[in-house]
Amino acid sequence: MIVAEQKPFQEIVESVQDHQKLLVLGCGTCVTVCMAGGEREVGVLAKQLQLAAKKEERKLEVMEHTITRQCDGEFFDSAVSAKIEEADAVLSLGCGVGVQHIVELFPETIVRPGLNTRFYGANLQQGVWAERCAGCGTCLLEDYEGICPVARCSKSLLNGPCGGSSNGMCEVDPDHIECAWQLIYERMKKLKKLDKLVDYKAPRDWSRDIHGGPRRATREDMMF
Amino acid sequence: MEPKIIAFCCHYCAFTAADLAGTMRQQYPANVHIVRLPCTGKVDVNMLLQAFLDQADGVMVAGCEVGSCHFLEGNVRAKKRVEYAQRKLEEVGINSEKLEMFHIAASEGPLFAQTARDFTAKITGILQQEKEEPATDLEESNP
Repeated sequence: MIVAEQKPFQEIVESVQDHQKLLVLGCGTCVTVCMAGGEREVGVLAKQLQLAAKKEERKLEVMEHTITRQCDGEFFDSAVSAKIEEADAVLSLGCGVGVQHIVELFPETIVRPGLNTRFYGANLQQGVWAERCAGCGTCLLEDYEGICPVARCSKSLLNGPCGGSSNGMCEVDPDHIECAWQLIYERMKKLKKLDKLVDYKAPRDWSRDIHGGPRRATREDMMF
Repeated sequence: MEPKIIAFCCHYCAFTAADLAGTMRQQYPANVHIVRLPCTGKVDVNMLLQAFLDQADGVMVAGCEVGSCHFLEGNVRAKKRVEYAQRKLEEVGINSEKLEMFHIAASEGPLFAQTARDFTAKITGILQQEKEEPATDLEESNP
């Protein structure tokens, strides 16, 4: 899933301070699961904004709404569309995709991001998420038996570890980041496939990553 | 005027203690409005902030003693949520001491009454202090 976290409250307040009628719009998919922008977080942020306005004796009306997915036009039904049009500004608790999609669908509307979008990650335990995919466009997980060196090695090394690995942890953050190459080596050893690591991996074509410009995917059989 | 206090009480302990306080003729301020919950594990941050939006001056969450939760650890989870809600109040510039978690067993009627009296006195003091001091700027409270 896409993992995001809420922006600092003060930053959010400043971004919407010129507006008196706000719609806090949540997203029911990734950011609900990572507890950053679902219905519950929409409620909390809306109440915080109202409490702050009340404390400063500032007029502010806050509407709340959460749709299934902000990145998909079909979920913008008449109910949410009416609220978007009624509001002075929309404070989106979707990821960066959601924010931009609202702008595309409602070009007249001012949209502010309430989240910082972080990474594609897995839920390791309640309240903890960690990066697992870099969205690089050419999946190499078969070569490394399911552990991605692009996303999980701090240097994205494809041909073995650097010298910064100590006790299985990465020097970048020895308390939290496991050395991807230690994980790959241990897994290959367990699977008796260490010979797979002997092959040299040539430099990659990074053009399918973001370095090749904004990407687009199509499935012609599904297009109208 | 007495401050308005909302007390979210667990059915199995603090609510029963409040009931017992009444049976024992223990006095506590009438401004404490009790909301009965099946467990303090039901407490949600939205619920706590809504109480403040609805003019509460102080909010109590009263659950079982640690280790005595009818649902094993609802009270421990409630404590974490109360701490999270306190941070959310601080962000807004509201004194987080206006929200507090207590652990009161079903048999502790006098403790419930005393806690309600003490918390009311604390909130009265905070409100008095706020009246005397100029309002804290939101920016200063969130550097």
